[in-house]
Amino acid sequence: MTTLQMLSTALLSGKVRVVDLTHTLDPDFPVLVLPPEFGQCQPFRVEEVSRYDERGPAWYWRRFSCNEHTGTHFDAPIHWITGKDLPNASVDTIAADAFVRPACVLDFSAEAARDEDFVLTSAHVQAWEEKYGQIEPGHWVLLRTDWSKRSGAAYLNMRDDGAHSPGPDATAIRYLLEERGIVGFGVETIGTDAGQGGHFDPPYPAHHFLHGANRYGLQCLSNLDQLPARGAVLVCPPLKIKHGSGSPLRVLALVEQSDA
Amino acid sequence: MSSVGRTRQNYSGVALAAPVTVPYVRYSPKPAHWWIGRALAMLASSAKLKPADIDGMCVSSFTLFPDTAVGLTQHLGLSPRWLDHIPMGGASGVVALRRATRAVQAGDAEIVACVAGDANQVSSFRGMLTSFSRFSQDGAYPYGSGGPNGAFALITRAYMQAYGATREDFGQICVAQRRNAMMTPHALMKKPLSLAEYMDARPIADPVHLFDCVMPCAGAEAFLVMREDRAVELGLPFARVLAAIERHNAYPDDPIQIRGGWGVDRAELWDQAGVAPADVDLLQTYDDYPVISMMQIEDLGFCEKGEAAAFVRGHSLTYDGDFPHNVSGGQLSVGQAGAAGGYLGLVEAIRQLTGETLGARVANAKVAAVSGFGMINYDRGLCSAAALLSEGRRIG
Amino acid sequence: MLQRCGACQTIAYPPRDLCGCCWADSLSWVEIDAGGVFLAETTLHTSTNVYFRERMPWRIGVIKLDAGPTIIAHAHADAKEGARVCMLARTDKSGQGVFIALPERETPNMADDKALRELTCDPKHRRVLVTDVRHPTGQALARGLVRAGAGKVFLGVAEQWKPFVGRDELYALPNTEVAPLDLSDADSIADLTSSIGGKVDILINTAQHMRPGSAMTRRDAITARDEMEFNYFGPLRLLQSFGPAMRSRGADGANSAVAWVNVLSVFALANWPAYGLSAASQAAALSLSQCARGDFAGSGVKVVNIFHGPIDDEWHQPLPPPKVAPEALGAGIVGALQQGLEQSFIGDVAKDIETRWREDPALLERELTLARLMD
Repeated sequence: MTTLQMLSTALLSGKVRVVDLTHTLDPDFPVLVLPPEFGQCQPFRVEEVSRYDERGPAWYWRRFSCNEHTGTHFDAPIHWITGKDLPNASVDTIAADAFVRPACVLDFSAEAARDEDFVLTSAHVQAWEEKYGQIEPGHWVLLRTDWSKRSGAAYLNMRDDGAHSPGPDATAIRYLLEERGIVGFGVETIGTDAGQGGHFDPPYPAHHFLHGANRYGLQCLSNLDQLPARGAVLVCPPLKIKHGSGSPLRVLALVEQSDA
Repeated sequence: MSSVGRTRQNYSGVALAAPVTVPYVRYSPKPAHWWIGRALAMLASSAKLKPADIDGMCVSSFTLFPDTAVGLTQHLGLSPRWLDHIPMGGASGVVALRRATRAVQAGDAEIVACVAGDANQVSSFRGMLTSFSRFSQDGAYPYGSGGPNGAFALITRAYMQAYGATREDFGQICVAQRRNAMMTPHALMKKPLSLAEYMDARPIADPVHLFDCVMPCAGAEAFLVMREDRAVELGLPFARVLAAIERHNAYPDDPIQIRGGWGVDRAELWDQAGVAPADVDLLQTYDDYPVISMMQIEDLGFCEKGEAAAFVRGHSLTYDGDFPHNVSGGQLSVGQAGAAGGYLGLVEAIRQLTGETLGARVANAKVAAVSGFGMINYDRGLCSAAALLSEGRRIG
Repeated sequence: MLQRCGACQTIAYPPRDLCGCCWADSLSWVEIDAGGVFLAETTLHTSTNVYFRERMPWRIGVIKLDAGPTIIAHAHADAKEGARVCMLARTDKSGQGVFIALPERETPNMADDKALRELTCDPKHRRVLVTDVRHPTGQALARGLVRAGAGKVFLGVAEQWKPFVGRDELYALPNTEVAPLDLSDADSIADLTSSIGGKVDILINTAQHMRPGSAMTRRDAITARDEMEFNYFGPLRLLQSFGPAMRSRGADGANSAVAWVNVLSVFALANWPAYGLSAASQAAALSLSQCARGDFAGSGVKVVNIFHGPIDDEWHQPLPPPKVAPEALGAGIVGALQQGLEQSFIGDVAKDIETRWREDPALLERELTLARLMD
């Protein structure tokens, strides 16, 4: 039996389960809010073209519009200035193997529940590795904060001084990139950086270092609580948009059922 | 505004004959063409004429649209050498008489059929109100769309203020006319009416109450105009025209209408006729509302201006009273068949003078006064007309 | 406004085509003295018109104007026969220009008169949707509507997940209800329509997206698209969802829909390049509003355009005065509704532009686009 035949059997038998890590594209879903002098992220919008009516008697279809960074989305290196000149750095040129990779899930939901401005440091990552083993190269690292369980105003958590949500500092990101060779970093929050990440050094360290290293980001993930710390396989191909800086996408995880 | 220079030619040698009425109905699906055609048929039958004998026609109708008198000739197979269409509402009868008389005197026509008729389909009255005139569309209809009731309520109110007339005074006219109508076969309202019932009626547009208003209906009225010798030849009873006047948009500077145009020309009317108000045996006023009848009584000179209220209180207005007035019951009791309402009084006057009465008869009627009033273009009636008629040849 | 003959100065009424006095072909519309004497009244108890039949009894009268003509008019209950009155011209529910005779001097609760209320859009006792209260104008307007006795003020709020200044004070106002509404989101408009679409008597669209910049001072069409999204497509979606219900309720007894209010930049009339692309979207919005007048024609719902100059808000901070304060704009909108106006220019800049636009639109365009008068 080939490896893929084994996988197919496992998928059909339910031994390997598929978990959807994606939020529904919904006009109400929050988007990143930048200071007003900058261009803004367009929320998801949809308008009906026909619905079995005089506009199209037998069919229902709509047109939608959004930013490349609306909803559950993928960040390509070219999204950030540090990645602007790198090769194969837009969604249409990234090698497709990056979109199907194993994932480690770092559960810091308890810390994020205690501190909405929780900052993940290299020390936190090392502590996790002590418990679950070293993160191997080529993996996605997903930061679980249970932020996806928040809704409405609590999700973006905007206050007068900006958003408040957890995220990594430079030490964590640099450790993952330089010491562990990860392929990308995924989060449940609206950005790979913390809500207050603009005040870090450098500002927005996750964007800065990830994309500067030609690596990728995933944002607005959900259901990370259904994944094991190790062993899941992530499937996350963005839309193949020419020169795309990112794209909304469906993110799936393959998870082996221990008792199946 | 009185005439100067040449005096008006007389109306002698002309006969008014064959007064006919197509019996009124409240609502009818039949169009105006049918009502007018029926009236012509009745004229022909009563005068024993063929359609081809009628070489002149004068038509009044509000509901012929999109047709006019012209279209009717083809509808009805007429080929007249003289044709007129008079859109003057309540003044149509007298004005038609004036036009037709002159045509006959001049030899432009031998026999002129003067006819007015209107349909009354369930929605036609409202349709007529909404498109009556440009001024009323802009200046009257938007204000509650009360139609003539609203306009005449304001006129009635102003008249009452100016001259102290009361509702009871108007009631005298309405109650007397109802009594007259009891004998008129085609009158739509024949339930006896007491002054108390008049006073207790529901308000329509204060101070106008239910029995001050005419009932719109379908019907037609008609008569023939020809030379006297022709009438004699045909063996028709007839009446003569002593004098006739018309005036339009009189007293434009009056802020509200408390008089009609009769006052401008009435001296000439009586002079030409050679009779005086006291010689009149019956008066047929245009009675769309009783206040207008009062204005006619005054403005034609039967009493001083502003004294019509006292006048009606002091006289009996029934056919057998000392001042017979609207002896068939008038529009107030017979009904208002559109433009035929402007003929009703005239046709009845011809009947009284020729003896061809259908109902009530005024004893020894020799001279009749008929007046017309029409067209609330905006805030007032613009057309006024009057004729004095005398007995010509009586029936039998 | 009545017609006056340029040759003999006679005032004509009802409107006509030539002077009825001297036959000169020189009638023009002029403001005339509104005073007159109430000659005679009647109270109608019947009408051939369904609209009036539902409102019987209805009082009308004949007024002799000091300017000459006699006018049949609606009568305010405090306008008495024989007394002097003051005429007010407004359009009625059918869109027809009409007059109402008012008492010469203010009387208690004068605005509550049945006949007058049919001609105005007084927010008192009515239910009003303000589409955007994130902006200070919407907030000032909401407060003004509550003060004016509105029965209910629905507070349209987009993106409730985003806080805004003044929210807590606003939500504490009596007779208000928060209404989630994002003009760029067809679903949100549809959702709100299904919950309150049948009970909005006055809709006031205050949502605007105004940003500085002209065609060539901006690098892309994104902001312009956002401006069109909020200033043109937003009101279009509102019309398509709230419009039909309001149109069908335009003569609906006591609780009828009465007004559709568009709050527009006065630069919809002539482009001001400093905010040139915003102005372009406002011109589209004005044209849409004219289109809506056609859609609402005869329904009883008045389309009201409120024009304003630069608002004293965060997007016009660099501009020198005069700017219109949100409070003043809100008060102006309430006032226009109370008076039953269909167009109102609020603030010094708007009034100045209005005057110049009426005098010579081409000259105004030249002045705005060539001279940097407002910089």
